[in-house]
Amino acid sequence: MAKYFDMLLEDVRLREGLTACMNCGVCTAVCPAAAFYNYDPRQIVCIVQTRDDEAIEELLKSETIWYCGECMSCRPRCPRGNTPAYVIQALRTLSQKLGFFVESEKGRQQLALKRAIGDNILRTGYCLTPRNIRPELHPEQGTVWKWIIDNDEQIYGQFTSVYGKEGSGALRKCSDETMAEIHKIFEVTGGKEFFDTIEQHSDRKAREMGFDGADEEYFMEVYTKNSNEHY
Amino acid sequence: MKRSSWTDYQKDIADDNYYYARSCIRQNFFPGSEKVFLDILSKDLGRNIFDDPLHTSCTGIGYHSDVVPLETIMTVVARQFALMSEAGYENFTSSCITSFGIYTELLNTWEEFPETEERTRENLYKATGREFKIPKNLSHTSDVIFHHREAIAARAKRKLVNIHTGEPLRVVEHIGCHYAKIFPKKGVGGSEFPYVLAGMVESWGGEIVDYPERRHCCGFGFRNYLVQANRGYSVANSHKKLESMAPFKPDFIVCNCPGCTMFLDKWQYTLAEMEGTTYGQNGQGIPVLSYEEMAGLVLGYDPWVLGMQMHQVDVEPLLDKMGVEYDPSAKYLGRNGKFIGRPERAIVNSCSEETIYRKKF
Repeated sequence: MAKYFDMLLEDVRLREGLTACMNCGVCTAVCPAAAFYNYDPRQIVCIVQTRDDEAIEELLKSETIWYCGECMSCRPRCPRGNTPAYVIQALRTLSQKLGFFVESEKGRQQLALKRAIGDNILRTGYCLTPRNIRPELHPEQGTVWKWIIDNDEQIYGQFTSVYGKEGSGALRKCSDETMAEIHKIFEVTGGKEFFDTIEQHSDRKAREMGFDGADEEYFMEVYTKNSNEHY
Repeated sequence: MKRSSWTDYQKDIADDNYYYARSCIRQNFFPGSEKVFLDILSKDLGRNIFDDPLHTSCTGIGYHSDVVPLETIMTVVARQFALMSEAGYENFTSSCITSFGIYTELLNTWEEFPETEERTRENLYKATGREFKIPKNLSHTSDVIFHHREAIAARAKRKLVNIHTGEPLRVVEHIGCHYAKIFPKKGVGGSEFPYVLAGMVESWGGEIVDYPERRHCCGFGFRNYLVQANRGYSVANSHKKLESMAPFKPDFIVCNCPGCTMFLDKWQYTLAEMEGTTYGQNGQGIPVLSYEEMAGLVLGYDPWVLGMQMHQVDVEPLLDKMGVEYDPSAKYLGRNGKFIGRPERAIVNSCSEETIYRKKF
């Protein structure tokens, strides 16, 4: 049986990213995530190519598939032309489709990413906008960023005449027609369904963990919690 | 690999008539860079470039955070290409490295797996009624500046030279992972022989610093920065690069990717505040520039017109070395020329008041 492997094969990134890994470990040697976490992309690829359902299910529920930063440093260095980061992308997608992502601390963070980035795309047409990089949630952005946000119209106004307005230029408002097209694309291609899946499994898990569903409190829990058991 | 093997990694870059796609990160953190890029192309170089109000984010940050599915991003990208064709353009230039990586990846995916292109065409038509053509030429905006680097050098008002010593400025360049690690032959010099920024620096009088972690990631890591609990990954990787470059005493860092520009700037602030460590000379930070800002300084633009007041690490030490004339008291003015207060002082952002003091008295 190779149920999960067959499901992974439906993702072209797995087909492109994994042909025959010889386990040399170059990917791990150059990996920024391996430099920081207890993380070994070589081992993940090794597990996937066993096609073992039990081992792959364990992977789909694990912390380890969420450590990769998708920088793709592994891709140009692999002597066999594999891309462990593509394998990771396929694993993460399947983990979310099957609801396994909520079984790990790092996996549960997908709710935060869906709400912070995904919902912003559907709201504004952009992955990020100045006012959703809130200084209180981003202390590392520093004092200049706080000054920018406190004076955003005065500062951005020097570089764009359409800050928050329709027209050509930086940080323009996307028109209603444009946003309708983006929403329709998300509907037609399964983007909205994927967002709903993340919400539903997160809500289920939140209740299991004693929260009143995937509310703001749960969001902050997944956004900020670090058990420090990842290194 | 022999040094000459870099010649395999050259690319065709369109000379004129560009369709411009903005960047989520660059327009947020470096809106002056996007503005000056358009000004350099149209005013300084007399090229035609179209700033389309209809395109959106490519959704690449969502894709690399694994919340936007592959089918979805393929169709969003197809819409950008459709808008380009409808506007009468064939040369697509992206202001974002994440987007550039996305475009190269998806074009390759459509080539390797033609059924995905077919499905994308169906999805786009169903969702928007639009149809798209593959761009004739795809470039990152730094490719475009690289292509025109000698024309910029011919118009240079300033060089990347320390006016006090006459020596070339020492520059760390960082091309960003997604520029050439995904498809090395789509980037000038590929990922092993990074030349897109180095070529600009050399043409404008500077000297490139080669250092051990030159090709290491800045530490963005998407979910590893975007989720607060994971930011240790991000700062740790920037720290690794900064520690590696500092002994070579660079005068500034120039970045290709807007995210890298922001992280190498902001994490210097964090490291200075948390540990008291600074990586520049005289206890200051290392200024981090976008290539548009670097080109703008060379062409004689005012640093505050370029938006360099939005950096966390002070840029004045570099401006002074280059002999850039600037008005220190204009740094923190708002749109209408009124003083809007200055940021709270920080270790890497403290010299402007001292500069004002020195210049005034």
